[in-house]
This record gives sequence, structure tokens and C-alpha cells, in this order.
Amino acid sequence: MSFLELRDISKGYGPASARMPVLREINLSIEKGEFVAIVGYSGAGKTTLINLMAGLIRPDSGSITLNDLEVVSPGPDRGIVFQNYSLLPWLTVYENIALAVDPLFPNWSAARRRQHTEQHIHMVNLTPARDKRPAELSGGMRQRVSVARALAMDPQILLLDEPLGALDALTRANLQDEIGRICQSSGKTVVLITNDPDEAILLADRILPLSAGPGATLGPSIPVDIERPRDRRALSQDPRFQAIRTQIVDWLLGAGGRPTVTVSKRLTLPDLEPEDLTLPRTLFGLRREAKRRGAERRETVTL
Amino acid sequence: MKKSLQDIFFPFVGLALVLAFWQLIAGRSLERVRADGTSEEIRAGWIKDLPTPIDTWVKTRKYVLEPFAKREELDQGILRFTWYSLVIVGKGYFIALLIGTPLGFLLGLSKTFARMFDPLIQVLRPVSPLAWMPLGVVLFTGAGKAANDLGALFTIAICSMWPTVLNTAVGVRAVPQDYLNVAKVLKLSRTQTLFRILVPATLPYMFTGYRLSLGIAWLVIVAVEMLTGRVGIGNFLWNEYNNGLYTSIILCIITIGLVGFLLDRGMSLLERRIQGAR
Repeated sequence: MSFLELRDISKGYGPASARMPVLREINLSIEKGEFVAIVGYSGAGKTTLINLMAGLIRPDSGSITLNDLEVVSPGPDRGIVFQNYSLLPWLTVYENIALAVDPLFPNWSAARRRQHTEQHIHMVNLTPARDKRPAELSGGMRQRVSVARALAMDPQILLLDEPLGALDALTRANLQDEIGRICQSSGKTVVLITNDPDEAILLADRILPLSAGPGATLGPSIPVDIERPRDRRALSQDPRFQAIRTQIVDWLLGAGGRPTVTVSKRLTLPDLEPEDLTLPRTLFGLRREAKRRGAERRETVTL
Repeated sequence: MKKSLQDIFFPFVGLALVLAFWQLIAGRSLERVRADGTSEEIRAGWIKDLPTPIDTWVKTRKYVLEPFAKREELDQGILRFTWYSLVIVGKGYFIALLIGTPLGFLLGLSKTFARMFDPLIQVLRPVSPLAWMPLGVVLFTGAGKAANDLGALFTIAICSMWPTVLNTAVGVRAVPQDYLNVAKVLKLSRTQTLFRILVPATLPYMFTGYRLSLGIAWLVIVAVEMLTGRVGIGNFLWNEYNNGLYTSIILCIITIGLVGFLLDRGMSLLERRIQGAR
């Protein structure tokens, strides 16, 4: 069996009567040490997918196993880098990382925990900002703290939930390179969620497109057979890069990934009888109102 | 005009206007000579018994100029009286925080608990301190002489804890899910989650509650002292009213106001430091 295995996962939100399916028939196997990227539309359910892997939410059906163990709750074996950093604003960079290190390695000596924390701050080049609070850091720096925190937990798998989504293009490019370097050197299994095909190709060994919701599902696995280290400037000229990019985009825009949105709305058709302004206003706040004779109609449109 | 100058100048203009209005409506003492040649003092003016600002200063300055003097039990400097009141307010307030904070956390954390006690809190919250006081004394009649003091503490605590309770509860509910997810991923224990995530995340809300609670505690003390006869600024006010010394009443009102203002400023400074630290 694979290292991380998702079988027939489906997940919806809302009450049973009007359940909105978010994910359906998700099947995914990830080998140890692999870097897999999942590329999909905004709002397709990418975050739901990673929360499922993290164990923060439970699937409606199907099973998730990590190392042959069923994932039932969140735990430090799965380090997550949240989209919005999720750093604690009252703690400094060091304290935020120490918050993860201290309870997870109770058997270590204080000196060793401290050294472990410092080492991860150094790894993301934040040693000069060690004693700053998140509010004093730029978005890119905050996300690096978040990456350092996730890696300091020494997880079996690293889950990156659109880690660079909120950053400007230049910071994003720098951080992509940095994340690529860090993940490569740590040799960890990584799942990256992103809406940027270029980012996925730059970083991943394998890419899975996620179709648009509701009821999103994964497309065919697309291997990225470009040797590392990958240089972003050379990459864009590489015909293999272009081929993979086309493959992803075609699938997402094509039949498999096209967003099918069904809008069902109850419409009140406009009234033809105008409001009679000559009538006096009623007392006690009951307002003079146009009489609605217009019919109510339910319309369903599939886009 | 510079901004800082405006900040000083305009409050004084406001003060001057109020003093002028006060002078205008206050009563004056007049000497009237009777037909038989003896004279008597009569009061004239819109509100005959209201002393003028100058009168007030002249008659009460001994309390102000020797603020810590103790001449007799009921004749002490104004700050000495204030101090007595502050001590009991401090104690009652401390009890309020001690009970109110955990209660707020329970309300914020447990929906069941909130359903059970929220309606009750909403009913108890608007009850006046004057209504709680007799119950407070009754509750502690067993304590004999201390019943008055304990009743006073009870009244201050129960009246002033609500803002703390409600603000803490709101703060706990407002803790972002992200922080709780972090706690879950790190597998923090319940105690660790409480003290390392929930309490620091709620702190700004808690301090807003603490500030409002202190304001109420200070409001309550005057009523409590009037009813129990504990020595303090509220009691001084009431005695002077019974003695017909209206100038002292005004001095007390001004002092109570100033002290309340300073307490609130102090708490806001603390609050801002707490919030600035994030």
C-alpha cells in the first residue's frame, strides 16, 4: 500500500436534505518522498481536501490512511502550512516555533529543543527576525515562519495549503524557490495545493488537477519529468514544461475539469402594478407597499 | 492653533461655560434687616439652596487642602475617604474578576452552559446595586459585625462582574478557528490549549470587560456606603446631605467623578498596552 492513500473520499457540507457535495470519488496514492501538487480552481474544495488529509475534518465516506494507519484526527505527523499562516500574533517567531517543538519532544533536553527551534528559524533565513512578532513581518516572512513551524514538528508528510496564495508575484517566486530547496533537502513527502500550474510544475514530481466544484474530483496524474534543480527562467522555455502546462490547463478547462455550476433560484417576477403614492401612509410604521402580484418562479440554470 | 493646544484650550472653555451656568442658577445669601432692626440671612436665586462655585470652594477647601487629615470619624480629608472606598472597591472588584473570568470562559466554550445560564445572566445583569445590597447583608448575617462589609463586597462583586463575564465569553467565541486548528495539529492538551491559545487570544476582550467592570464597581460603592454606613466617600456624601451641607455634596460628586475618570484612564492605558502587544 502507498504511503498516503485516499480511497473513494467524498465530502459535502450542509444539512442532509440539501447537502452540497464538495468532493467526490477522490482517489489518491502518494509514495514516500514524493512531492505531489494538486492544482485546481479557487473554491473547488482544495482546502477541504487538505483538511481531510490533516484530519481536521472527516470524510462522509471513504478512507484515508497514512502509513497504513487510518487518519481520524489531526496530529503532528502531518505538518500543515495554512494559507493564512495561522501564526499566533502574541508570540514571537521563536515562540511560535517553540510552541510546536516543546510539547512534541518532551523527552529532549531544553538545550536540544532550543537548538532544534533555532535551526529551523535559520533554515528559513529568519534568524535576524527571531524575536519579532508576526505583525512586524511581511507576508512572505510570516509564511516562512509557518513553513519552519511545520517542519520543526518533524512530520512524516508536509501539507501545504496554497502557501503562497496571498503573496505578491516577486515574493512568491522567491519563496517558491526556497520551499523547493527546503523540501528537496528535507526529503519529506509533500502535498502542495495551489491554483498556479507554473508553481506546481516548478516544485512537484507529479501533478493532479482538481476539477471545479461542486462535486470536484481529481483528474489524471501528470508526471513532471524535468530534472532538478529546476531553474525558473530556463523552465519556461523548456518544451516539456509547456507540454505539461498545456496538459493541466486543457484538462481543467476541458470536459473533465470544467466548472458546472447549477444555479437554482426562486425569482419573484417584477410587478406591473405601480405603487399608489396618493394613498396615505399607514400608521404604526406599516409602510405603504406595492402589491406584489408578480408570480414566483423557480429557475434552474446550468452553466 | 496647534492640536495639543486645542486639546487643552477647549476643555477649559467647556468647564468655564458650565461654571458660569452653575453660578447663574445658584442661590445667594442675602442679609435682610427686619423691622425691629435685627437681621436674618435668606437665600435668593433660581435654586435657592444650591451653593455657588466659590461658596463651594470656600466651605470645602479644608477637605481638599488637607486631603489625608483625620479630625474625627466623620470629618476627614477627602482623599482619606476616597481611599477607604477604593480599598473596598478593590476587594470587591478582585472577587468579581476571579469569578467573572472563568464564568466567561465557560459561557464562551460550552454551548450547553451558555444555554443554561445566559438567560439567567441577562435577568440578573440589570439589577440595581441598591436591590442587591439588602440581600448581601442578609446572606452574611451569620458573620455578625462583618455582615455589612461582606454584604458590600458581595454587592460590588455581583454588580461589576457582568461586563467581564460577557466580554470574556464574546472573546472566547471570537477566537479564530485557525488558532484552534494549530492547537489540534500540535495535539495540545486541554489545559495547554486553554493557557497557550485561548487565554492569550481572549486577553484583549477580557481587558475591555475588566475596564467596564471597574467603572461599575466604582459606581456601586457610593450606593453601598449610603446604605451600610461604612466610612467612605459615599457615606460622607450622605452624612453631609443629612447635615444640610450641600457644598460637601458637590465636592464629593466632583471627587467621585475624577477618581472614576482616572481609574478608567488607567485601565485604558493597560488595555492598549495589552492590545499593542499583538
